[in-house]
Amino acid sequence: MNRPTIPLDPTQAPPGAQSFRDAGGIPADRWHADQRGETLVPTHCCFCGVQCGMYLRVNEAGKVFGMEPRNHDINRMRLCPKGVNAYQQINHPERLTAPLIRGSRDEPFREVSWDEALDFTAAEMRRIQESHGRDAFGMLGGASLFTEKTYLVGKFARVALRTRHLDYNGRLCMVSAAAANKAVFGVDRAGNPFSDMLVTDCLLVAGGNIGECFPVLTQYVWGGRDRGAKLIIVDPRETAIARTADIHVALRPGTDSAFFNAVLHVVIEEGLVDEEFVAAHATGWDDVVRCVREYPPSRAAEICGIPESQVYEVARMFAGAGNAMACHARGIEHQTQGVENCLSVVNLIVATGNVGRPGAGYGTLTGQGNGQGGREHGQKSDMLPGGRDLKNPEHRRQICEIWGIDEAELPGVGTSMMEMVWQMQRGEIRGLLGVCNNPLVSLPNHRAVKDGYNRLEFHVQLDFFLSETAANAHVVLPVTVWAEDEGVTANAEARVVKHNKAQDPPPGVRTDTWVLCELARRLGAGDKFAFGGSRDVFEELRVATAGALVDYSGITYERLEETGGICWPCPSTDHPGTPRLFEDLRTYHPDGKMHLQTVEWHPPADVYTADYPLTLTTGRTVAHFLSGTQTRRLGGLVEQTPRPWVEIHPSQGFRNGDPVRVVTRRGSVVLPALVTEAIRPDTVFVPYHWPAPTAANVLTVDALDPRSRIPEYKVAAARLELAEHVDEVPAPPVPPGRAHYEEVQAALSDPLPPSASQGRGTAERS
Amino acid sequence: MMGRTIFIDPGRCIGCQACVSACRECDSHRGKSLIHLDYPQEGQSVAALPTVCMHCEDPVAPCAEVCPADAILVTADGVVQEADTTRCIGCANCVNACPFGVPKIDVTAKLQFKCNLCYDRTSYGLAPMCATVCPTGALFYGTVEELREERPGVQVVDEFTFGRSTVRTGVAMVVPAERARWPVPGGLPVVEVNGVDVR
Repeated sequence: MNRPTIPLDPTQAPPGAQSFRDAGGIPADRWHADQRGETLVPTHCCFCGVQCGMYLRVNEAGKVFGMEPRNHDINRMRLCPKGVNAYQQINHPERLTAPLIRGSRDEPFREVSWDEALDFTAAEMRRIQESHGRDAFGMLGGASLFTEKTYLVGKFARVALRTRHLDYNGRLCMVSAAAANKAVFGVDRAGNPFSDMLVTDCLLVAGGNIGECFPVLTQYVWGGRDRGAKLIIVDPRETAIARTADIHVALRPGTDSAFFNAVLHVVIEEGLVDEEFVAAHATGWDDVVRCVREYPPSRAAEICGIPESQVYEVARMFAGAGNAMACHARGIEHQTQGVENCLSVVNLIVATGNVGRPGAGYGTLTGQGNGQGGREHGQKSDMLPGGRDLKNPEHRRQICEIWGIDEAELPGVGTSMMEMVWQMQRGEIRGLLGVCNNPLVSLPNHRAVKDGYNRLEFHVQLDFFLSETAANAHVVLPVTVWAEDEGVTANAEARVVKHNKAQDPPPGVRTDTWVLCELARRLGAGDKFAFGGSRDVFEELRVATAGALVDYSGITYERLEETGGICWPCPSTDHPGTPRLFEDLRTYHPDGKMHLQTVEWHPPADVYTADYPLTLTTGRTVAHFLSGTQTRRLGGLVEQTPRPWVEIHPSQGFRNGDPVRVVTRRGSVVLPALVTEAIRPDTVFVPYHWPAPTAANVLTVDALDPRSRIPEYKVAAARLELAEHVDEVPAPPVPPGRAHYEEVQAALSDPLPPSASQGRGTAERS
Repeated sequence: MMGRTIFIDPGRCIGCQACVSACRECDSHRGKSLIHLDYPQEGQSVAALPTVCMHCEDPVAPCAEVCPADAILVTADGVVQEADTTRCIGCANCVNACPFGVPKIDVTAKLQFKCNLCYDRTSYGLAPMCATVCPTGALFYGTVEELREERPGVQVVDEFTFGRSTVRTGVAMVVPAERARWPVPGGLPVVEVNGVDVR
């Protein structure tokens, strides 16, 4: 493994990271007691947007059997429990290994050959499109796919299916931040790399549970504090990073923009605005000043349910810092005013002149592994590769030229993921191809989602486990896990990293690339999909993004191996990439300015009444990932957090472990109570990784942000009732004839809540 | 305190249990985690505390002292090894003697198991699995100088009192600055035992 590496400035290394030796530098047989012929394959974790480097341990038979920490620039050998356990899904006994098919949802699945499954799928696609129009067949992608595959999903929908109904699960994740950054800066990505947190003087995190959702990023947060940075956390719960923060603003969910407007109000009032910077580099400032004048701290205190003094403290600490950074995540983005919340944070950053310097800027915390890369290359309903706009005639022309199609053939803008479900309910979408997503767990208002999916005449799903959504489909096509194919992802810094293939897939399993190309061939578009594998797709992607906003043309697999990752834009093969944007203080708008927008706070969509007085908010726990398709099957993670719970303040009058029914206008779920002072008294929290009947999304509201179309997962009106017993957690579905993986499922009848939101303490496990 | 050792800093711990999962991956005890992770303020906060073997130093580790089978050996570098499986009789004397609650008995194998500072890794110059993956540096492996270089002014202790006994340990703990002046009371938060102020 003598790979050339680029030396890193030691002051940029996170704490505890400098003296470690990387096992990749030691021949594997030198220190492993019992493994002969073992090799280490350098790759990255498949889970969140940090994209930690790791090695997969491969035995003599060519099978992955373990992981080994890797001294990669991003994580410096650190891993969270998900990363440590990730390898266990590769040779998991519940893996799908043959295409499954059935005529209707009442029948059991039967295993068939690939030809039969693909022929049937293509025939159904043609049948539905011929009788109901091209747009009657929809496609949903996912942001855990490699970037090559997300590009292919977009191209498949537009060129092979030629439907305008294409969207992806990043719609549930990053779209609010994307829309806000696009509006202000003209580009959708983080402004600064993670390592800027180490040199900032003040870090503000709004609605981001870094300790649980981006655990390895914590080393950068603590590293900044070791060097004297102040830490401000805005979160209704006292999370692991809020616990010791300099200021923890525990505001009421759904009130973030009122708070940030008030902070800006104080910044202006106390003369802390960087007037020179704003005058030179921003537009719309006067309107923003007029708008935030209406948000004095007393008003924010009332709306947000926080002490008025905190508004002053945050304003002085953030604006008074030499270099300040702000990061936000789903907490403020998963709202009907998600875009506005992000804009109110950006206004604060620009007003204080914190743009484009080391330690001064903003970060977006992407939820999915390829949350950044997955939204760049055209699997979103209104986008084309390279961050191009599907509505822009010039962009359409460029892409049609590259794809070799007539512009009239390129479909128009479609609808968002949740809207597509409503269209399924109305019969406007009758067929669906799903790749890398699990909407029956991840979409809000589960009853509507289940109804929409049940009305589909034909539903085909690609996955490597039988997810809850795949288990509801007509055809399931077994595809590779991340370690069985190569490809790139872009992490939350927009750093493109290379994942390597560690083992061959089990017999019967194909890559998503192969499946989409075979389907395209059957639909008569085979000449446009002559890809042998990820590398071929990546080469086309490089061409397709050359000269575009999201420029990958200077990135090659070889360069990624050499450098450990390159941040786009990277327009030529000798370009070092762009880790920090706006160093010249010019944005991507034609005038180079930051286009500030005014933000008016409005109440959340779900109305509070005497029957529904509390706020339900949802989120993640550290041991599980998104819809849990992967993590709910891994022993160590299930042991840590076997089941969902409801987090309740002691003032609500429940005892720890009580079965509590959480009721909203959409439905109810009975969960064990985790009674804790680490949450606002008027707020309850339920993690969302589990399926119905214990799904948080049975309760959530399917109201959307008018701009980003993100659902309001974070705010729903609710009430609590004492119940008889808790709802049992269903085991993840398995293919026909296959037994459940017992070691993992043993914990599912467990009626107890965890010790804390991170899971059960080791002393409290059975 | 050993020259190169683990430093535990509960103030940085986010309770994610990466250490618990990583310990399970170690080749010498695959599938079994030897680390303890507690949430000591259950119902109040998400505070968390990892516990690894403290590798007690004086005069000899309490677990080794009470072992009737002489199964717990201390290597020259100060690492208290897990009970030698050819000698251990599974009597649990060590479990009762350890002031930190570290050793456990595997009741089916009738053998003790505990953290041995990842001897298979540390003897090849790698950090222990838990400290390698810890996302926050709550478990830090290195020398005290390396720790201070990264976290200027940090205070550590390697002396803990339990009643009238004081135990010096090979593994050290990061404490608030004012607490470094006296041994840290272990176990319950007592300040007076049998009429003696143990601070």
